[in-house]
Amino acid sequence: MIRVALLGIGKMGLSHCAIVNTHPDVNLVAVCDTSDYLLSVFAKYTGINIYRDYRKLLETEALDAVIVATPSRYHAEMVGSALRKGLHVFCEKPFCLDVDEGLELAKLAEERSLVNQVGYHYRFVGAFLELKRLLDARVLGKMHHIRAEAFGPVVLKPKGATWRSKRQEGGGCLYDYASHAIDLVNYLVGRPQSVGGTLLNRLYSGDVEDEVYTNLFYADGLTGQIAANWSDESQRKMSTKVSVWGANGKIISDRQELQIFIRDSSQASKGLNKGWNTRYTTALTQPVWFYLRGEEYSAQIDHFIQSIKSGRAETASSFRSAVDTDLVVSAMVKDAEIKKTNTEPSLPGAAIEPAPSGRWKFRRNGAAQHGPATA
Amino acid sequence: MERVLFGDNQFFGINHMSEEKALAQAMKFQNIDAIIKVIDAAYDAGIKVFMCTTHERIGEVCDHVRANPARYAELQFYPCMPYAHKYANAVTEKGIMEALKSALPNEGAIMALLGGAVSVARKDIDKLTELLIDAEMKMFHGLKTPVIFLQNVVTDLILGLGMNELFATFARHVEERYQAEPGFITMNTPLLLDALEKVNVDNPIVCSNINKIGFRMCGGIEAYERTMATRRFRPIAMSILASGAIPAEEAIDYVCKQSKIESIVFGASSAENIQRTKHLIDRQTYAPRLS
Repeated sequence: MIRVALLGIGKMGLSHCAIVNTHPDVNLVAVCDTSDYLLSVFAKYTGINIYRDYRKLLETEALDAVIVATPSRYHAEMVGSALRKGLHVFCEKPFCLDVDEGLELAKLAEERSLVNQVGYHYRFVGAFLELKRLLDARVLGKMHHIRAEAFGPVVLKPKGATWRSKRQEGGGCLYDYASHAIDLVNYLVGRPQSVGGTLLNRLYSGDVEDEVYTNLFYADGLTGQIAANWSDESQRKMSTKVSVWGANGKIISDRQELQIFIRDSSQASKGLNKGWNTRYTTALTQPVWFYLRGEEYSAQIDHFIQSIKSGRAETASSFRSAVDTDLVVSAMVKDAEIKKTNTEPSLPGAAIEPAPSGRWKFRRNGAAQHGPATA
Repeated sequence: MERVLFGDNQFFGINHMSEEKALAQAMKFQNIDAIIKVIDAAYDAGIKVFMCTTHERIGEVCDHVRANPARYAELQFYPCMPYAHKYANAVTEKGIMEALKSALPNEGAIMALLGGAVSVARKDIDKLTELLIDAEMKMFHGLKTPVIFLQNVVTDLILGLGMNELFATFARHVEERYQAEPGFITMNTPLLLDALEKVNVDNPIVCSNINKIGFRMCGGIEAYERTMATRRFRPIAMSILASGAIPAEEAIDYVCKQSKIESIVFGASSAENIQRTKHLIDRQTYAPRLS
């Protein structure tokens, strides 16, 4: 049995707790949190040991692995402590608020051959796995654009009371929502070279952004866009959609369904007809031993546990790949800052005249800008 | 329990196969009159039970039914609590403790149950659970609610955490306060039955996915069939079409062959679909078996 402790029993922590607690290969021995109320409920209703101080937990309990699900600003310290004790670590997303710190931790885990994983659960959604498989098989030919969107109803009024509304603690739509879309794009087509035109707009929040837009640039001419909004009340829950355009067609995917349009018959041997093809989650999802909210949450924990059992340090959502996501996030923050201090190209009426072709053209103040490189 | 129950997923933009279809349905049922029209179609097709979440819009349906007692003389509600996204979104916004507070009446004695205590007593947690149930049940006052369900996200969270005594608290309160039978919706039937047995919830009503392709039947379709053959419980089948992955006739044929299944819950958006599905279930249920 793998002996696991869980740090942080907030929203994600509770969910991980229920999942890992039912895993046939795991013995969940301890949880740590700062809420006395929740800890006392755990003490009364479960046989799991409780701690207020994670250092004491790590000193006292004989463990194989920890799951870190605390607010993001504590990740680096807790992950570092666990790795130095020789423990395998699963950490919630986003990984680290400081990219350099994240990179150090990725190196440390790799040097010590410890299993390391970050909770980007979209990498375990059947529909997105199928999308990845199709893109790798080049069914779209040369890709030229990818767009990832994440919309949902988290912040719908001005008052925010948790760490999710504080920039310094890793709050905001960029860390909370957009990071999922960014990681998914990284997973599907790799990390972009640079970002540009980033918008971090506030709608309700005082300290953080509520909607996020950016452009992604790749070396081979591929471009991408991220759009995220956690103040979208029209959505029942977080909804994430990816669209990819290539020379040979287009694929639209959410977590439940793939819609694939192929321009010709060239992909028939891969089971794709000319025109529209659909694939549904019912056929793409692998069963799990325990279900709570979605198979992917169980699948990612099982992947972590199986990696420990088989001695495979490299996971499908490693610290290193999560650092790549943090890099894009940090480049977007810098890009948005630069934008604020620059004079935007304006569209004064006098400067605009209809071009002979009938399209509108405008004079720009200076050359087009590209954002800071992420590498 | 009635053999056929009418569900409500279609009204609230829930479709496990397509987010697009879910959105289109949410738009279609924007107006409460559109929801009531479909419930009427189900009722007129002979379906006397509406199994629904405690979504705030169900409150409007309840108002309508209360205002027309003659029209709905035989209609029963099977409430399923809570509407989980309401809580999940509140937890993200406010944290767990504040989300709990916002779900409860703002009275001193109740807030004291949540406030500041370093160590909370078991009786206080029982009391809190009861208050949360009462808050969810408010919208159904004066209506028939012979079975009250715990929604699957909450059932399975409690199950996973191993806080099984809370199932017993739920069952006891539902029986004593509402003279109703407790029901449990789950995606993990075999595991849940073990947990309920441990806390002496006997012969429980358990609603879970049961379909021919084993979609979201944790533990596998064989384990479910074995469980139905050997365990003492009262299964309700949901998601029998696996969100449309199985043709209706084939899907209903499979479910009706599982003789242990007491009831089948399904949702549909048109009178035609409702009548067809009800007819298929009746035919498979009551027709003499030749094989």
